[in-house]
Amino acid sequence: MKQTLRQFLALLAARNREFWRDRAALGWSLAFPVFVIVGLYFAFGEEERALFKVGIVDASPAQAAADPALTRFLALRHIEFITEPAGDDATRKVARHQLDLLLDPADPARGEATRYWVNTDSRNGYLLEQLLLGGTPATALHRQTMAGSEVRYVDWVIPGVIGMNMMFGCLWGVGYVIVRYRANGVLRRLRATPVSAVTFLSSQVVSRLLITLAITSLIFFPSWWLLGFRVEGSLVDLLVVTLAGALAMIAMGLVTATRTSSIEVSGGVLNFLTWPMMLLSGVWFSLEGADPWLQAVANLLPLTHFVDAARAIMIDGAGLAALWPHLAALAGMTAVFMAISAATFRWER
Amino acid sequence: MRTRPVTTDILLAGRGLTKRYGDLVAVNDLTLEIRAGTCLGLLGPNGAGKSTTLEMLQGLRAPDAGEVRWRGMPLDNEFRLRHGTQFQSTALIDFQTTREMLELFAAFYPAPRKLDELIERLNLAPFLDHQAMKLSGGQRQRLLLALALVNDPEIVFLDEPTTGLDPQARRNLWDLVRDIKREGKTILLTTHYMEEAEYLCDELAIMDHGRVIATGTPQSLLRDHFGDTVVRLDACAAPLAHVAEACPHAGVFADGDHLFLATNDVARTLAQLGGAGIDLATLEVKPRTLEDLFLKLTGRALRE
Repeated sequence: MKQTLRQFLALLAARNREFWRDRAALGWSLAFPVFVIVGLYFAFGEEERALFKVGIVDASPAQAAADPALTRFLALRHIEFITEPAGDDATRKVARHQLDLLLDPADPARGEATRYWVNTDSRNGYLLEQLLLGGTPATALHRQTMAGSEVRYVDWVIPGVIGMNMMFGCLWGVGYVIVRYRANGVLRRLRATPVSAVTFLSSQVVSRLLITLAITSLIFFPSWWLLGFRVEGSLVDLLVVTLAGALAMIAMGLVTATRTSSIEVSGGVLNFLTWPMMLLSGVWFSLEGADPWLQAVANLLPLTHFVDAARAIMIDGAGLAALWPHLAALAGMTAVFMAISAATFRWER
Repeated sequence: MRTRPVTTDILLAGRGLTKRYGDLVAVNDLTLEIRAGTCLGLLGPNGAGKSTTLEMLQGLRAPDAGEVRWRGMPLDNEFRLRHGTQFQSTALIDFQTTREMLELFAAFYPAPRKLDELIERLNLAPFLDHQAMKLSGGQRQRLLLALALVNDPEIVFLDEPTTGLDPQARRNLWDLVRDIKREGKTILLTTHYMEEAEYLCDELAIMDHGRVIATGTPQSLLRDHFGDTVVRLDACAAPLAHVAEACPHAGVFADGDHLFLATNDVARTLAQLGGAGIDLATLEVKPRTLEDLFLKLTGRALRE
């Protein structure tokens, strides 16, 4: 037992050294998420963008507001009003959805009515048209209000970006590394020693868990400072969810590495797993309201459960008690993947 | 030549070992015994089945038929602690220094050898803090040899330990292997260098096409299969059948370029060749070598 522990610690230290000393790979695993986060900062950083764009032919919004039919509409918020020269260019912009609506205010001198153009294929145009024409008497409905700062896209997407980076690190950092060891003969040499497969695999799993934790922290805290995204819940809960998620994805990586010694095959299999997770695990957009069949597939992916749980903690301040289905799913996947790996692992092809 | 008294202890034995890869029979009903304290060389060309044999004897590859016995018992966990190995192609874990690799492997065993002593012995000090992936061929082989010895094994398996080394590094490694032998360790090595086999091995097993075709000490192999001297002629000097007929007392064999006559009476053989009117312009008389022996036994050169 003591001997096994010594073997484990020596292998763990060797793998950690290999990772930290490989500056090129280390640089990339830090740079990739930083690029994504800096990109998000510029895309969604400070200014609040208008939701709609409306063109006004040959008149400023103030001039147009003289028209009593437009006064109320031009006072609405979250609409950007742009003066457009008269002509086909302006109407073409409507046809191409570059303007959601175009107004040509009445000219009292010529006695013409105010005209507007709307694209019947545009959803924004449809909503603006209702706003332009609408006017339900306020007395018919009773107004309630909610206060609270908005959840920006950046708040929503950060758990996804961090999860995606963890996924790449866990799958490639275990799957690819073990296949490389098999291809270049490291496993063959280890096999001729008293080290057991379980000891070796454990050292790889724990090493990657530590690396994931370190890299994720190196990304999380600086970007928290930079973007000021929401973290409503507890950091300890976030740590627990991170460990559970990383473990499940590491175990998934192990399964891909139990037999093959072909680096090409391994790369293909890992791409085959990472791409669906990028798209289906709710990293970039929510799958709420998507096809139930698609949601069922998404629930089989460990990243889905990590991202949902991390999002619940960071945005809604959820506690672990409320997240048990996700934690149970991650633990279950870890157990299944580990069992498959242990049963099918071969030192050599 | 031998530094320990001959014992009859069979340390490791393979009996009836057979290994197939699809239609290819890599090792065919091979039996081999290694006596404690000796160095046994498996000699043969690439593809003769040496490495597969070595792997089966180490318990790394299960034979399709036959069995391996360590001190008369099947290979067990104890055997893992008692043997050391150096493979032909082993990558080390990247970004580790020589010292770190030694410490890693030492941690695998309950009673490792003192590392300082190994470092001294195999002269690892000059590159102890260099990354193992950047070592020269000779340095790398010395490190791999050190890793094979880190558990102070009873038997050491060396798979082509000097392949790819320059002559000086090869000579250097031979001396190290002789040192190891002097410590009383049993060695099983594969090689396709005759010189290496002659220099290091007490016993040889010559392999071809997955079988052992001859065994014995280098001296006895030469004595049993050869006359004292080899006479060589260019192949174009005469047809083989003609030469064989002219010299009935010599062993006649050929490769693509030359005819060889193994004889214990050079004068008589030369007289017979001259008497048969064979052109002796290209004639050379050489001492017998294991290269010639291999050619005689297999009909092909060792390295082709």
